[in-house]
Amino acid sequence: MNNIEYVVRVSEVTKSFNLGKIMVHALRGVNLEIATGNYISIMGPSGSGKSTLFNMIGGLDKPSSGRVYIDEVDIAQLDAYELAWLRCRKIGYIFQTFNLIQVMNALENVTLPMTFAGETSSAAMDKGMDLLKLVGLSDRHSHKPNELSGGQQQRVAVARALANDPSIILADEPTGNLDLTTGEEIIALLKRLSRERNVTVISATHDFKMLNVSDQVVWIRDGLVDKVENRDELSISVGQIGARSESETA
Amino acid sequence: MKKTNTAQGNGIAPDKAQRLLVLPFRKSLEISFKSIQARFFRSLITTTTLVLAISFFSFVMVGTNAANGLLSTGEREYRQALVKSGYDLEPDQVTVGSSPKQRWIAILSLLVCVVGIVNAHLMAVTERFREIGTMKCLGALDRFVMRLFILEAGMQGLAGSLVGALAGAFFALASFGLRFGSPALTHLNWGDILGSVGMAVGGGILLSLLGVMYPAWIASRMQPVEAMRVEH
Repeated sequence: MNNIEYVVRVSEVTKSFNLGKIMVHALRGVNLEIATGNYISIMGPSGSGKSTLFNMIGGLDKPSSGRVYIDEVDIAQLDAYELAWLRCRKIGYIFQTFNLIQVMNALENVTLPMTFAGETSSAAMDKGMDLLKLVGLSDRHSHKPNELSGGQQQRVAVARALANDPSIILADEPTGNLDLTTGEEIIALLKRLSRERNVTVISATHDFKMLNVSDQVVWIRDGLVDKVENRDELSISVGQIGARSESETA
Repeated sequence: MKKTNTAQGNGIAPDKAQRLLVLPFRKSLEISFKSIQARFFRSLITTTTLVLAISFFSFVMVGTNAANGLLSTGEREYRQALVKSGYDLEPDQVTVGSSPKQRWIAILSLLVCVVGIVNAHLMAVTERFREIGTMKCLGALDRFVMRLFILEAGMQGLAGSLVGALAGAFFALASFGLRFGSPALTHLNWGDILGSVGMAVGGGILLSLLGVMYPAWIASRMQPVEAMRVEH
């Protein structure tokens, strides 16, 4: 047996959307394997099928054909309850818009997934405080989201994503609503946690700051995997990426 | 370490205890209460519909109780005063019921109120797509979301119909007191009035719950991917 373990395997996945008269083929046969503990960036222009693939890896959408395995479980076979369980225990979500529950303070936001998972209140509190300490916000635990800055909110969201010790953290443009330095801090935090806790971080992004820390970059174009670049290949072709970003923004 | 990880992964349907997803009742109550607090002004407007409809309902009911109280004295002058003020009394009648017209208006106002509640909650659901989607991403089941909305409506219903019922009763008694003087208040059957107020409160809670059913169902079926939506 191969000793590399894949936390996500995507095989021959297609996804089509029926928009009345026309069929839109968002994905046309994607194959992808993501190794445990890696930091992956999924890049691609809008309309490339990037978000569709990303949602499927996160168990938020089911493929039209093909298979998506998360931790060796085919998500198409799961019922609503099992999918909710998967989202609760196996996947931590981080959003572009932070998405903290506005009516709860930082600590309550972090403990909510643990409550769903059946953790007792006091155990959840303890672990929640530990996680907030981990992201450097233990002194802010009683603050409501609207009393926190964008970067702080995203830190709370990172702590919340880690609440049930997931195998995967799914980050959708985690730096999209943050300024340059705050974005870099969040990226560094994600990278550190990924390494320390052996969590696979998968992020969909336009942010080229992400590339420096990524173990692997998956380029999506026209519903197919354009190419998968590893870390070592990346550092050589930095100039190329720069050129690429210009051609894409143009 | 890695081995156990995979073992857990393979067991997506492990024993019952491990695949449990729960939201304790106390916690849901707490979340719903905070949601109302956070959107206090909005809740107040939603609740006002209920307060108005229920206070009208309670006004009619308690008014009838008060009229019956006067009739029970058996004195002719009250009887005549009642007839003069619009009560249809047959000569041998010893109790009054509410007139069909009153009943229709009361029912109509309650219907309008339910429609208003449905509308207000539907708006709230579309506004809170991100919150609902996020909760689903964190592992909330459809029924957790449903329960939160129902609890919220239940609390609004309780508060709204209590205020409405008491206000309606107060105004009914006040108007009787002004029209017929103190005897109107001394001959009251308080048991009946308590019954009327209780019925108004119960009815109000029921209406509030009825009004939230459809919006709560819509909310509970919202997909977790909604949380990812960036623009409204």
